[in-house]
Amino acid sequence: MNTQSHDAVEAKESKTIFGFWLYVMTDCVLFASLFATYAVLHNNTYGGPSGVSLFSLHYVLIETLILLTSSFTCGLAILAAQRGSKNQVVAWFSATFILGTSFLAMELTEFHHLVTDGNSWRRSGFLSAYFTLVGTHGLHITIGLLWMAILLFQVMRKGLKPTTLRRLTMLSIFWHFLDLIWIFIFTIVYLMGVIRILVATKLIPAKPL
Amino acid sequence: MTSIILTVEAYLLVVHRVLQGKSLVAAIIGLALTQFLVQLFFFLHLGRETKPRWKLMVFGLMVMIVVIFVGGSLWIMYNLNYNMSPSQINNYLNSQDGL
Repeated sequence: MNTQSHDAVEAKESKTIFGFWLYVMTDCVLFASLFATYAVLHNNTYGGPSGVSLFSLHYVLIETLILLTSSFTCGLAILAAQRGSKNQVVAWFSATFILGTSFLAMELTEFHHLVTDGNSWRRSGFLSAYFTLVGTHGLHITIGLLWMAILLFQVMRKGLKPTTLRRLTMLSIFWHFLDLIWIFIFTIVYLMGVIRILVATKLIPAKPL
Repeated sequence: MTSIILTVEAYLLVVHRVLQGKSLVAAIIGLALTQFLVQLFFFLHLGRETKPRWKLMVFGLMVMIVVIFVGGSLWIMYNLNYNMSPSQINNYLNSQDGL
């Protein structure tokens, strides 16, 4: 047992992961600016449709559940990686990958519907802000999926080494972070987008979504 | 880890419940923040590091920047709306009523 070098590796790895944590925090600031833009612009529909007529809450709820589940399987994958069982890591990350891809597919379908109905980002300030915010999140998801595919390949080829374990840990931090951002998108953009208008037009009572 | 399922159920409750105006908005934001904290602790393991808690410090800084950023933007833009010329306010109100 070479504990000293093990400690050294541990220290170096925690530094790398801390560096990644710094990146994630700055990414949070990026999303904060997009949220602020959205919050300022969400009423500026320029006579166009607003959230209540555009968003289908059931659809978005399914999207949200898929992403939450993928975050959960990602956590299970990391637990398996710490136990050192390669097959479980591959299985859980594959599940995460499939869930992430279906989330992305649903989001792109939603975008496609919006654009083909003439409600693209050029329609109003509200839609510009919406597409920027949700699109940036989708871009992050895409990058995360690419990264996940590469890491899956690495794990299958090389097995669970300390370096792959470190990369997997960083990927899981990234994935959970995206999940957290989505919770706020779901709450602020979709849920509140629907509620606020109902409150303003006094349609509140007895109208289940 | 399974605590996430709890919060998902809470979400389902909100979505299928009959709306109650502003209290619902507050409830939704509360739920989002709860879920945020739950995930921070269970997935990102925040607050479980040893003594020089750098992660926590950077996280605190991030929260501060976000609060200033979002809160400040909304504050300024709200006042801007409030102080706009009457015709613009009328347009604004019309657009609100038209929805």
